[in-house]
Amino acid sequence: MTNASPNLIPMSMPGGKSSTEFGYHVLSVLVENKAGVLARVAQLFSRRGYSIYSLAVAPTDDERFSRLTVVVDLESVTLEQITKQLHKLINVIKITEIDPRESVQQELLLAIVAADTQSRSQIMELAGIFGAKVIDVGLERLTLALADTPDRLDDFTGLIKVFGIIEVQRTGRVALTKLARPSTRGGMNRGKAS
Amino acid sequence: MRITGAQALVKSLEMQGVDVVFGLPGGAILPVYDPIIDSPIRHILVRHEQGAGHMAEGYAQATNKPGVAIVTSGPAATNIVTALADAYMDSIPIVVITGQVATSSIGTDAFQEADTTGITMSITKHNWLIKDASEIPQVVKEAFHVATTGRPGPVLIDLPKDVSNQMMDWYWPDSVDLPGYKPNVKGHPRSISAAAKLIKEAKKPVFYIGGGVIRSGASAALKTLVEKCNIPVVTTLMGRGAFPDDHPLCLGMPGMHGTYTAITAMQKSDLLITLGARFDDRVTGKVSGFAPEAKIIHVDIDPAELGKVRRADVPIVGDVKLVIEELIEALDKGEAGELDYSITQEWHDQVKKWQEDFPLRYEEDPKDGSLKPQYVVECLSKLAPEGTILASGVGQHQMWGSQFWHFNDANTWINSGGLGTMGFAIPAAIGAKVGRPDKMVWAVDGDGCFQMTAQELVTASAERIPVKIALLNNAYLGMVRQWQEMFYEERYSEVYLSPDLPDYVKWAEAMGCVAFRVETPEDVIPTIEKANQINDRSVVIEFRTDWREKVFPMVPSGATNDEVVLGPMFEGR
Ligand SMILES: Cc1ncc(C[n+]2csc(CCOP(=O)(O)OP(=O)(O)O)c2C)c(N)n1
Ligand SMILES: [Mg+2]
Repeated sequence: MTNASPNLIPMSMPGGKSSTEFGYHVLSVLVENKAGVLARVAQLFSRRGYSIYSLAVAPTDDERFSRLTVVVDLESVTLEQITKQLHKLINVIKITEIDPRESVQQELLLAIVAADTQSRSQIMELAGIFGAKVIDVGLERLTLALADTPDRLDDFTGLIKVFGIIEVQRTGRVALTKLARPSTRGGMNRGKAS
Repeated sequence: MRITGAQALVKSLEMQGVDVVFGLPGGAILPVYDPIIDSPIRHILVRHEQGAGHMAEGYAQATNKPGVAIVTSGPAATNIVTALADAYMDSIPIVVITGQVATSSIGTDAFQEADTTGITMSITKHNWLIKDASEIPQVVKEAFHVATTGRPGPVLIDLPKDVSNQMMDWYWPDSVDLPGYKPNVKGHPRSISAAAKLIKEAKKPVFYIGGGVIRSGASAALKTLVEKCNIPVVTTLMGRGAFPDDHPLCLGMPGMHGTYTAITAMQKSDLLITLGARFDDRVTGKVSGFAPEAKIIHVDIDPAELGKVRRADVPIVGDVKLVIEELIEALDKGEAGELDYSITQEWHDQVKKWQEDFPLRYEEDPKDGSLKPQYVVECLSKLAPEGTILASGVGQHQMWGSQFWHFNDANTWINSGGLGTMGFAIPAAIGAKVGRPDKMVWAVDGDGCFQMTAQELVTASAERIPVKIALLNNAYLGMVRQWQEMFYEERYSEVYLSPDLPDYVKWAEAMGCVAFRVETPEDVIPTIEKANQINDRSVVIEFRTDWREKVFPMVPSGATNDEVVLGPMFEGR
């Protein structure tokens, strides 16, 4: 019997949704705004067997570049390997891993909820608490929109489920690093998620 | 100067210093073939586009210059996909230009339309679909830059027919515009010192040398470093020739069919100095049991290789030639003290013992008079002039080629390592001969492989590119037969090919080659000598080899490198 080397790369790692070591990670990827870039990123993920949890893309203020916000699910590979493989794409300029504690993240949710005369006011009240907007009204249905952190969207979805969700659509998150600002205690206060 | 996109493409290739392209015309690429008539670039007309791709690869592997292939759209593009995948796996710089349907027809399922950039995205380092003729010079410059710098690899330019016909103002760019592409070439000084320190402390070190050393042209630097350190060397299937087999420190090839000593030295090592190699599964065997006590220095130009399979104690991103030079300098400066050769003495003794006890062996004097394939390769190697290039197909003959040929120079062994592409040998040999007309080029091929790409010998005859093929005809898809014999209880499924269907001698002659058939050991040397005298035509020697012969040593798939099977020659010892 040989002993396993300490240099071994673990081939499978514990899943989990919360930890920063394994589980979901948010990558902000600056790419050249060229035809096929999204396909290259998507194909790289599928070809190497990495899973994308969500993906949002939009041009930046500089029209030569776009920013992808990719939430990756680390089941069997290290984040380092994903980042390095992404970097090999010629159109990828810069990759930043966004630490949830050091970032602001937002996602948009649209939901059509069953809302008869009885439940309508309860739903509106709930929407009010969460700061969701009613953006469409039908006889027996309401369409709600909420932009907030992914956790708050989960929470909101859980609550409106009781009334009967007809359809939900989420965008996937976008994220930016938190702004540094002078701390009252000196040094840089990176802030805490509220 | 107003010229067409097609003219701009050909002119750009000339500007890039291209002297030869391999290709075959068709509808969407027609405009490009017109200015080729007037260009000094030599065009070699292949018989199948896969051949064009492998020729470009062979050319690149023999010369360290990028190989170029031009084919049309649709089926031609898909025909060259195998070669792209092959070049991607083995990091070979080739530039493939494909025709495409007119931009207005893209996406309409037009005649001979294929989504070439989509299909080849994951098997090229990068690809481009050109939408306007004004992009052509810029894209060509960038394509060659991407193919040949950093970790080399294949690139593809897809050129729609209307863009080829479009007029543009000629220019030649003086720089590339690739903001996301900046390969790192110099190793970090701190890592270099750390590596030097590990080298000085190691008691059982091994240099683990891969194809990257050949791609970066680092053989001479490597020899200096190895001799300075006095550390044994293994050269992987892709790295054969990077360090001379005749050198006393060379242990040969590691891996599934490597020498016992190379496999075992790596396995028992306390330091693997890994240069331009990637811990391929064929080298490591079962990864969790691979070289358990070894610390790892890993030098690669591709950061993604570091830590992909095995975590490195000292990872160094850089061009392996520069890093070797930096290492030599660090060792010379004596940063971590002087090299003490005495601490590796026991290791050298042990390695020598393995070499004496377990050399590569085969039955040299078989009682039944059968012709052993290993003997054929040994004779070919002995009789070949110095610097002869050997190309290979994929299968048992490839392993015997790697094991029994003596490689003493880089760029003299041309094979399909990562993808394992049957049929690689003949077109690759032709490409190599085009790149190095001064050298003799042999190919060792299997009967199965030969039947996949033999038609390129027509190309060789028509274009007067004399190559020599040693066809090891064992009447079987031998490597697969070997696995069925060893791991499927001798249940042979679809591996028999027949020794005389087709008649290889007649076939070779029909393709314009000189052909011989050798059936006995006595005829081997005289026939090879005859073939070596023929310089104006291609030669095929069909060797009727012993079909029972298997490749040994062997580390069975899934086993660790502690479980080397030595084969029948070592039974009862
Ligand atoms: C294109 C392709 N198809 C199938 C295989 C699987 N394969 C690997 S070796 C081999 C047998 C090769 O036969 P031959 O060329 O006669 O060589 P031998 O092993 O007999 O020396 C096969 C079928 C492959 N590597 N490539
Ligand atoms: Mg065979």
